Amino acid sequence: MQISFTLNGRPTTVDVEPAMLVAELLRERLNLTGTHIGCDTSQCGACVVHLDGLPVKSCTLLAPALDGATLLTIEGLHGAPGSNQLHPMQEAFREHHGLQCGFCTPGMLMTAVALATEKPDLTEVDVRHGLEGNICRCTGYQNIVVSVMAGAAAMNAARGE
Amino acid sequence: MKPFAYHQPDRIPDAAKLLTSIEDSKLVAGGMTLIPTLKQRLASPPALIDLSKLGNLKGITDGGATITIGAMTPHAVVAASKLVQGKIPGLAALASMIGDPAVRIRGTIGGSVANNDPAADYPAGVLGLGATVVTSTREIAADGFFRGLFETALEPGEIITAIRFPVPLKAGYAKFKAPASRYALVGVFVAKFADGVRVAVTGAGSGVFRVPPMEDALSRSFDPSAIAAIKIDTEGLTSDIHAEADYRAHLVTVMAKRAVDAALS
Repeated sequence: MQISFTLNGRPTTVDVEPAMLVAELLRERLNLTGTHIGCDTSQCGACVVHLDGLPVKSCTLLAPALDGATLLTIEGLHGAPGSNQLHPMQEAFREHHGLQCGFCTPGMLMTAVALATEKPDLTEVDVRHGLEGNICRCTGYQNIVVSVMAGAAAMNAARGE
Repeated sequence: MKPFAYHQPDRIPDAAKLLTSIEDSKLVAGGMTLIPTLKQRLASPPALIDLSKLGNLKGITDGGATITIGAMTPHAVVAASKLVQGKIPGLAALASMIGDPAVRIRGTIGGSVANNDPAADYPAGVLGLGATVVTSTREIAADGFFRGLFETALEPGEIITAIRFPVPLKAGYAKFKAPASRYALVGVFVAKFADGVRVAVTGAGSGVFRVPPMEDALSRSFDPSAIAAIKIDTEGLTSDIHAEADYRAHLVTVMAKRAVDAALS
């Protein structure tokens, strides 16, 4: 079946099998390998993307669900337009050492951006609850939480400018 | 996953017709249970019938003494609804405890109730509140809807369109979750109405069930101390790698007390 959707701001039309998962479509067909498949059982959150602005697990989403939708993947995150800068949340993860091996990071970032967008006055408790569906096996989460708090503050500052 | 045909009907009668005419076909709502099931090849239906294009199945309406939640309403929407938070805060709390944030954005109340997983949260809320399951053909009282392990009163071709909840005087939900799956090891929903109290337990057995001795005790005194000494028989309770039946029986009393506490707070 043919599906049309907006992928990281660009109109995209692809032929897919209905049994194709969005994570597979992104990685195998569209060469967007930033979306990671960790557990492949919707537990770990390495595959989180934004579907119509909301964070969802792309390993548990059938490609037909994309038809007519707007999809944002980790490749679509960026800083100020034309600046070639990282997104403020990515910059915060870099600055505060919010990753070690980096495997969970794309999903962490997508979830973190969604959290900070939904609730600009994030507390640490919000962040810890909000990251419940994202598993990191390296860091113990401490620096991830610090990074998300810093990234959320930077996003607020950028919105205020 | 095995290949399957994909149908996206935009009318409920069309969806019902597809469901009855294609043998072994399955409905897909949010897919949070079905897609993992397909991936593990525990099911391989020849066709999926996607309910997302059907109109009017999403949203929450205030009926005064009732709240009606459309079958395709995601858990995150129920959890964040000011209406549900105001009238049945225990139900909003239950929705906020399902899965994780990303799962709550896709998973739907209709899907959860139709699937009737023995450790799902919504069946406890639906049975505990004595809600009515509204389908494409009729209305089914919660007491007659849940029939044990993944079994419901739904007939072939029958589709849940909404759940109608009576507004209780007080209600609360408490859950001891399995940390990896976030399903209820034991979850208890308690609701107090003018004519009595209902207590529904999920996770402990092969399907959601009520606890009449706790209901009687709480009808006399709606306080955690009223049920502290009530022990649940382990007969019929689940024993698995996560917990033995006697531990689950113990948790039923503990979670019921916490649910009453939550209802009172």
